Amino acid sequence: MGKTIIEKIFSEHTDDSSRVIPGETIWLKIDVRSARDFGGANVVKHLIKEYPDSEKIENVAKTFFTFDCVSPANTIPYAENQQISRVFAREEGINIYDVGQGIGTHVLIENGHIRPGMTTVGTDSHFNIMGAIGAFGQGMGDRDIAFAWKTGKVWFDVPSCVRVNLRGIPSNPDVSAKDVVLRLIREFGASGLLGKVIELYGDYIEAAGLDERITIGSMGTEMGLISIIIPPNEALEKELKEWTPGDFGIIAADSDARYEAEYTIDIGNLKPLIAAPFEPHNVHPVEDYQGVKVDSVFVGSCTGGRISDLRALAAELDNGVAKDINLRVVPATRRTIAKAIEEGVYARLFDAGATISHAACGGCASGQIGMTGAGEIQVSTGNRNFKGKQGAGETFLSSAKIAGRVAAKGTL
Amino acid sequence: MAKPMKLSGRIWALRGPDGAAIENIDTDMIYHNKHLAVTDMNEMAQFIFGNLDGWRDFPGKVKPGDILFVGKNFGSGSSRQHAVDGFIALGIQAIVGESFGAIYWRNAVNAGMPVLRAPDVFGSGIESGQEVEIDLTTGEITNLSSGKAFAAGPMGNIQMDVYKAGGLFEYGRQGGKSAMPTDVV
Repeated sequence: MGKTIIEKIFSEHTDDSSRVIPGETIWLKIDVRSARDFGGANVVKHLIKEYPDSEKIENVAKTFFTFDCVSPANTIPYAENQQISRVFAREEGINIYDVGQGIGTHVLIENGHIRPGMTTVGTDSHFNIMGAIGAFGQGMGDRDIAFAWKTGKVWFDVPSCVRVNLRGIPSNPDVSAKDVVLRLIREFGASGLLGKVIELYGDYIEAAGLDERITIGSMGTEMGLISIIIPPNEALEKELKEWTPGDFGIIAADSDARYEAEYTIDIGNLKPLIAAPFEPHNVHPVEDYQGVKVDSVFVGSCTGGRISDLRALAAELDNGVAKDINLRVVPATRRTIAKAIEEGVYARLFDAGATISHAACGGCASGQIGMTGAGEIQVSTGNRNFKGKQGAGETFLSSAKIAGRVAAKGTL
Repeated sequence: MAKPMKLSGRIWALRGPDGAAIENIDTDMIYHNKHLAVTDMNEMAQFIFGNLDGWRDFPGKVKPGDILFVGKNFGSGSSRQHAVDGFIALGIQAIVGESFGAIYWRNAVNAGMPVLRAPDVFGSGIESGQEVEIDLTTGEITNLSSGKAFAAGPMGNIQMDVYKAGGLFEYGRQGGKSAMPTDVV
């Protein structure tokens, strides 16, 4: 019987390949295991407490710290947690991407550590973003990650997989990958496909580049999915090699793979969408909110901080940022910043009046680039707008293009 | 020490102001990101539901042994273990929910916290303050105050084994056999 992509990946990473059937539990061998500054110190604490007299790390070459959550630390407890992780990395010989390198998941992709077909885990709930390159990624808590560092394995319930076909190519030039994933969330909600995998197909996705795939893959978590897996193709392989030369295999589902269900969603007439406060699945056409006064705009996060996002933002800002609005930009990685400088995008954003930070997660965690106050309306290219998450204000989620338009006008 | 297979305790039913079960409670409502730097489990207890309207005083009211009942997609959002460990520190014995976020579910299993899926649990009319008994082997839940019984999905093999071992690390040290044929370590 044919296999889906997730079934293929799992079969190649377990001694129980005959049990790779939805609903069964297997021990899954993990290629790349990471922890961030959030969760990292907790992982270290577990390893020291649970395994005081034995080897703590199964394979240091496959193990990474990435500091991206509160980076640089803006509180002493965070600084201490980073230091605990840093010292542990030094003692054990673990790889580390310290403050300033960018969002861990993106850094691990750009630097070729994670490739199509791999299994990967980290203390970032958006680790399933790896579906963007046809890899399995999963965010996990600090106990799971400590266990994975120690043993190289995690237990995992084989998820069922649905096939989603996107029909058509959006004809509206204002529509981008963010609108496509918001369309998916509008369709399936926060829990309609809870615990499942989506394999995503269609002409639009086939032509999508790495940045677009990342934007779409990054919001599987908000749909309660294990992951959105996008089949890699030769164009993606070429793009990944531009970041880091090397051997990138392409993985594909079997033609007779069995899916739990199949859905087709028409995106040819898709309009720009927005997720209104306070839930990512509260999705509406942007035009429904036309004229709403906005106070601040955040462009960044693992969903919307790639070079494509910065380009789309800059393209809307020829006349600068509106006077009574603040625009904060957090590029996803240091290499994104380098590209932005090289292409002149950085200068255009700066000249337009944007505040541009170093590379990190930005808006989602603990006020790294500021919080919202009561009554403040924010438009964000991020993936979550839960009440209280980014402060006391209200957050709308949009694409970088729409965020740029709002920054220029001051209104939705 | 053998883990109990029958639990009984006082119910907390997570309802909103309209009386309906609150759905899609994400981990920032359970345990806000401003407290993520905490690594000591006991310190986590005070922050539980610190960002959930109507429930901020929960840590002061809960008693060890209480059992929490929650609606759909409880614990969606981030991977933070704090959002499970805080309940353990408060002495919550078990969490019964209509459904759970995938990562949250794992985190509870790995911490040895019994979590059970009972899709229609709020339809059975449970109320905070009532007494409940849960049979972990069968998944049968009996509301001792109303006399009504209903069924939750039974714990899976690995979930039961991790629970019996007292958590993922101990389970791993014991060989991680479970229903799975291969050993983990």
